[in-house]
Amino acid sequence: MTWASIFIAGILTYFTRMSMVTLIRKEMISDNLRKILNYVPSVVFPSIIFPGVLLDDFGALVTISDPKIFGAITALVIGFFTRNVILTIVSGLSSYWIVIFVF
Amino acid sequence: MRSKYEIFKIGIKDVAPHLLSVFPFGIIFGAIGIELGFSPLFTYATSLIIFGGASQIVFLQLLSGGASSLIAITSVGVINSRHFLYGAVLSEYLQKLSLIKKLFISYFIVDQGFAVSNQYFKKNPTEEFNHYHLIGSGIILWFIWQVSTIMGIYLGSIVPEELGLKFAIPLTFIAIIVNELRKLDHVFVMIISGLAATFFYNAPFKSYIIISPLIGLFAAMIINKFKK
Repeated sequence: MTWASIFIAGILTYFTRMSMVTLIRKEMISDNLRKILNYVPSVVFPSIIFPGVLLDDFGALVTISDPKIFGAITALVIGFFTRNVILTIVSGLSSYWIVIFVF
Repeated sequence: MRSKYEIFKIGIKDVAPHLLSVFPFGIIFGAIGIELGFSPLFTYATSLIIFGGASQIVFLQLLSGGASSLIAITSVGVINSRHFLYGAVLSEYLQKLSLIKKLFISYFIVDQGFAVSNQYFKKNPTEEFNHYHLIGSGIILWFIWQVSTIMGIYLGSIVPEELGLKFAIPLTFIAIIVNELRKLDHVFVMIISGLAATFFYNAPFKSYIIISPLIGLFAAMIINKFKK
């Protein structure tokens, strides 16, 4: 039963991946829709980032002095000015660790 | 015009920094599967068959907590429904491919790969072989995810919990979208989706992960109406 559920979950997930790629044709996407689709990264990723930073393991809001908030702000600032992916991740993680382990 | 192999390598190179979070996350996932009482084969099978990090954790947690298969499967479907949006965005660039190639590439569409390859496609819309970027980024993400899951299964929690490496996940996504902060409309849409996700976080089936992007897209629609 549970093995069957892995396969069903897998097929379902694969369907979410292949359906749009195989079904949508260029003619079906109007200029307006294309403009809106441009925002997809800007709507999906913040939906992962915000709870990941603002909420704790139990889904409750963290306080303003939480190390995750400090790490996220550092990553945002460094990323904005350097445009470098590695620096963004490393600066965020190391500033987070500094708050946890040094202070 | 770049060759297939060159573009494939660019795909790997572009996504490489994100392996920094995928790798520990895979180890953590493998270890969680065993801790929850699942067999190594069962835990690994989710990485091969479902291949969707967060959804796999929720899937195993629900099953081990006594939830019905139906609820576990529904949650996986809801969490992974964001791929519909990725597919819609990518369809334009993959349209010229044969059905077989589309079906093959689709298996490798994941968050980080979508993000970096979509950026490449936008910059090089006319490259004949630009889909090799997505194959490159997707295959390396897939490979690292499989290897790290297996490592987590057999080595256990070798990633110390105090390091809080879960936090690397929001950080990689910050790195992905930080450039869009230069556009005011995008900033606005990001804040709306992010706050919506925080607000709806406890909605059933982890549905915040699709509700909030849709709220964000609706906001984007309204903004675009006013921009005209």
